[in-house]
Amino acid sequence: MNLLKRLMHRSRLKSPSIFHLNTGSCNGCDIELVTCLSPRYDVEQLGIHLEGSPRHADILCVTGPVTRNTLEAVKTIYSQVCEPKAVVALGSCPGSCNVFAGSPVIVGPLSKYIPVDVYVPGCPPHPDAIVAGIQRAAQILADRGVPENAKGEPQR
Amino acid sequence: MNASLLIHFLLFPGLLFAVPASWFYVWVERKSIARMQRRIGPPLLQPFYDFVKLLGKRTPSRHGIEAVLLRLWPAMSVLSMVGAIALLPVFPGGRGFTGDAVVLVTLLEVPSICFILAGFTSGSIFGEIGAIREAVLNVACNAVFLLSIVTIAVTANTFQLSGIAGVSWNPGHWIGVFGILLCIPAKLRFNPFSTANAEQEIYSGPLTEYAGAALAMWELSHGLEWVALTGFVATMVVPAGGAWWLHAILFVAISFVEVLLLSTFAAATGRFTLEQSIRFYWRWAAILAVLAVATTAYVRFLS
Repeated sequence: MNLLKRLMHRSRLKSPSIFHLNTGSCNGCDIELVTCLSPRYDVEQLGIHLEGSPRHADILCVTGPVTRNTLEAVKTIYSQVCEPKAVVALGSCPGSCNVFAGSPVIVGPLSKYIPVDVYVPGCPPHPDAIVAGIQRAAQILADRGVPENAKGEPQR
Repeated sequence: MNASLLIHFLLFPGLLFAVPASWFYVWVERKSIARMQRRIGPPLLQPFYDFVKLLGKRTPSRHGIEAVLLRLWPAMSVLSMVGAIALLPVFPGGRGFTGDAVVLVTLLEVPSICFILAGFTSGSIFGEIGAIREAVLNVACNAVFLLSIVTIAVTANTFQLSGIAGVSWNPGHWIGVFGILLCIPAKLRFNPFSTANAEQEIYSGPLTEYAGAALAMWELSHGLEWVALTGFVATMVVPAGGAWWLHAILFVAISFVEVLLLSTFAAATGRFTLEQSIRFYWRWAAILAVLAVATTAYVRFLS
């Protein structure tokens, strides 16, 4: 049993699938995230891969200061990611709303709506910092496992 | 049920060989695509880690017939693939199943049909689009696939798998093998025929709504399809005669070379649109296949 638990821990650590969610970002952080997939940084050697569907993902990478229009999407997509899951806030915007703070259309920061595990500040952050952040999130996710009170998302 | 049949199903080329081999082939596919793009690529155990991780995910709760069907399709797909792999005539001379090519072709079709049904069952718009694309592509490539098998069968004058296995220097045999190789990219849904799961357009196609263990089964099924289809071609180019262990080694070696060739081909090509794929199969490949069947049948009729 212990062996199985260790195998599961290692697999979660070695195979983080990420889902990229833009909540009104200026596209700067998004470009830096995509750079991580390119030959220069190649995150696939760490087992990280970008998924198109939140259902397949483990780590939600959120960019942008959370605009009023995207708030519902953020909540929906967070609930669609299956447990165990972790959230990485990429860039300064999801953490502090950055230069957009005080705007009437910004309802952030992100941590008011969903629990954030790792902040990667920067405007935009360096790809190395993003990779380190995703790895940190994978470690948190593997250590935490499936929470006791976690329930599956209710049917549509 | 005799011992040889059990060995085929459980040991080689069945479960004990096929499951690790499927992870290995998927790794070779990902690694060679990465190397072609000048990346380092995933570590050797990556497909295994992905599989175990998915088994540990908490899946969304579903109710009713949808819950049953969404679990049924990947299970059926995996089972039929294990059956198809066990049918492969790896060893010469009556060892294992003395199956018919028709059974093998039927079993090879099941994952594709399950994939289409999964897309419609999931109720996701991306799933439905992916399912329609897969259905159209499947109709397009199957004409060539079946005609190629018929060409080989006519050359060997039998539909028995043990009869069509083993290399033959008849040109009809090689045209048939080439035709099957042409169909493998469409059957495995990789470039340039990856329209059904085109991730930049429709996310994961029919698998968009899948999560956790069911998704893990789909990934296993995809790996097993690699083993079954490359193994099917491998059995037809292994020379007849020789010891059984030599056949086993050649079977694995030739399958590996095919995986390497096909993934290099996938990395080197872009994605066709659906129309281009159909045009490729129905205009060019199908004409060749029909000519091949007609000439081999004519030669067989004359002799």
